[in-house]
Amino acid sequence: MLKIVHYINQFFANVGGEEMAHIPAEVREGVVGPGLAFQQAFKGEAEIVATIVCGDSYFNENMDEAKSTVIKMVKEYQPDLFIAGPAFNAGRYGVACGTIAQAVKDELNIPVLTGMYAENPGADMFKNTIYIVSTKNSAAGMRDAVKKMAPLALKLAKGEKIGASAEEGYMPNGKRVNFFEKDRGSKRAVKMLLAKLADKEFETELPMPDFDRVAPNPAVKDITKAKIALVTSGGIVPKGNPDHIESSNASKYGKYDIDGVMDLTEETYQTAHGGYDPVYANLDADRVLPVDVLREFEKEGKIGSLHRYYYSTVGNGTAVKNAKGFAAEYAKELKADGVDAVILTST
Amino acid sequence: MKLELGYIFIKDIQFSDVSKVEDGTLYVNKEEVKALILEDEHFKKAEVELAKPGESVRIMPVKDVIEPRVKVEGPGGIFPGMISKVETVGSGKTNVLKGAAVLTTGKIVGFQEGIIDMTGPGADYTPFSKLCNLVLVCEPIDGLKQHEHEKALRFAGYKVASYLGGLAKKLTPDQVEVFETPTLTEGLKMYPGLPRVAYVCMLQSQGLLHDTYVYGIDAKQTLTTFIYPTETMDGAIVSGNCVSACDKNTTYHHLNNPVIADLFAEHGKTLNFVGVIISNENVYLADKERSSNWSAKLAEFLGVDGVVVSEEGFGNPDTDLIMNCKKIESKGIKTVLITDEYAGRDGTSQSLADADALANAVVSGGNANEVIELPPMEKIIGHVEVADIIAGGFDGSLHKDGSITAELQVITGATNEMGFNELSAR
Repeated sequence: MLKIVHYINQFFANVGGEEMAHIPAEVREGVVGPGLAFQQAFKGEAEIVATIVCGDSYFNENMDEAKSTVIKMVKEYQPDLFIAGPAFNAGRYGVACGTIAQAVKDELNIPVLTGMYAENPGADMFKNTIYIVSTKNSAAGMRDAVKKMAPLALKLAKGEKIGASAEEGYMPNGKRVNFFEKDRGSKRAVKMLLAKLADKEFETELPMPDFDRVAPNPAVKDITKAKIALVTSGGIVPKGNPDHIESSNASKYGKYDIDGVMDLTEETYQTAHGGYDPVYANLDADRVLPVDVLREFEKEGKIGSLHRYYYSTVGNGTAVKNAKGFAAEYAKELKADGVDAVILTST
Repeated sequence: MKLELGYIFIKDIQFSDVSKVEDGTLYVNKEEVKALILEDEHFKKAEVELAKPGESVRIMPVKDVIEPRVKVEGPGGIFPGMISKVETVGSGKTNVLKGAAVLTTGKIVGFQEGIIDMTGPGADYTPFSKLCNLVLVCEPIDGLKQHEHEKALRFAGYKVASYLGGLAKKLTPDQVEVFETPTLTEGLKMYPGLPRVAYVCMLQSQGLLHDTYVYGIDAKQTLTTFIYPTETMDGAIVSGNCVSACDKNTTYHHLNNPVIADLFAEHGKTLNFVGVIISNENVYLADKERSSNWSAKLAEFLGVDGVVVSEEGFGNPDTDLIMNCKKIESKGIKTVLITDEYAGRDGTSQSLADADALANAVVSGGNANEVIELPPMEKIIGHVEVADIIAGGFDGSLHKDGSITAELQVITGATNEMGFNELSAR
């Protein structure tokens, strides 16, 4: 049978309300308070072996000490899962549940689960790093909370694959997970439009991301003295794609020496990009990475010099997070190499 | 405009001396199909294979999927402007071999086309694993340039689909469905109380293997325009693209556009489906501005209250999608967008390349970067060695035992943005 340790506050342990919020953590064998409902919902697959009771004020005012005490208590039992709460809309309780669940996950490396109301401050603090089930805003929602938390708890304890937030009931955590809906997408779109037209509530399946807009730097003061580098997401690589940069969702970038290279030819360069018509780039890669023109400019004194290396990746379906990571690396190198300006070409 | 679609349900496909349809089985004379393909001087060799649901078969790289149809009554023929004259289609009667499809395969650019598995986990992600497929393996003559090769293979697909469709011309359908779109003024009178809704169907138009054709014209060279929904059911729009195959609309998708079907299902009940606006996705900014301006202008002129917008592709077209959304919303017309996501293999990256607060109603076809394991299949039709380099594959995608580890984007139609599938993400 799977073993679970449950964390609750003084109120749910029936010790008392605000006047008892100062009590330090104590451990009790077996089920206390809401644990009973969980135990029933587990239907013999899991057992709450111990319940840790701690006052909300105590936890929040003595956080480091409370954390280490509770972790020691949890460790004793070597459980398969740690559950905290649910905390509903109780702010300090929510923060305590989130904090202790996070600490148990990080230090004991066992799966954790908590539950709280979406507007509980603990939700924003921890929803991206631990599974938090969205509950109603008061303890009247206990039944509903247990109904959502118990199946997810069993899955976590068994180490099963966790589905998308919409399926499992946890708060969206910034990690997109695929799953099969009941209706096809077009039908969901028509339904959503009808709701939107009727000014009824609807839920978008993809909340818009926040974009960081980058303000351009001031113009280069004297371009005739500037060292210019070329960087591209158009996938221009030496023929044969020596670094095997992927045609889509690139996991890497290449740094290539163009010392003495005056012109990119069909024999020497190609694109690795899978997202545009490659015929013209393969015939003459200068169309994407203008080495030939910059060499002319260099000769004519229109620019100071062309940097010895160019950097290239494939911007086709490439995760923004990856792209950001690549740029952070080579931007440092470009700076260290004394490059004054970069021409970025896309496709 | 009124069209009657007659479905003849196909449950099996077999080779035979005579091509015919009998008791739900599609019999195909292989030699006749080969001869049809080899009419084109660009092919030196053609093979024809069968792939049925549940078989241990992997087809790759897949270029297009086409449903066999035939005009029974009314003007024009299937695929007007391509293999039939540019008559306006979409009225009268059309018969459909429902459950059958023609698949085209062959190396083209080599890293862009998709995979269809007929069984296993991969089969769950593609609607084409459920069809009785006739697969055309066409080998081009030496030295054929990619653009010519693409075109030849595209036409081979239409020709064979049309040949099979012809077998249904005199058959009595198992089921008939009727679709009718009144004119603008008739519609106003017929459904005075219902919200007016149009569908903005975005068409990929970025170049080789990224093109779509409307009545024979490359969509790159078109202005945003209006089309009756039933015109699409007769093949007025065909696909020339399969790059990152998961979210490209095959010709099959255009013939069976699910947004059109689901809007028709509500037509006259909860909404008044006015028609379809088709708008391209060119690579130049001026084109994007022009096309989205026209989408908004047409939506306004049609006097609609809301639109469903379906994207095709990702990245660059995300800007077209958001432009369409912003400009249409700013006319006071409500929008719902259908897209898919490129949120990284771990799902933690931002999903779209462009965004706007007005895009507050979005349907997701799933994260195309999610990694999937495709077990080995007993039979491969096509070329398995492209697994490492097709869009969605990576170094080491193809394992020694023939299994493939790759991103979902390798699977034809997996994250379709017309909303053809149930797949989504949160």
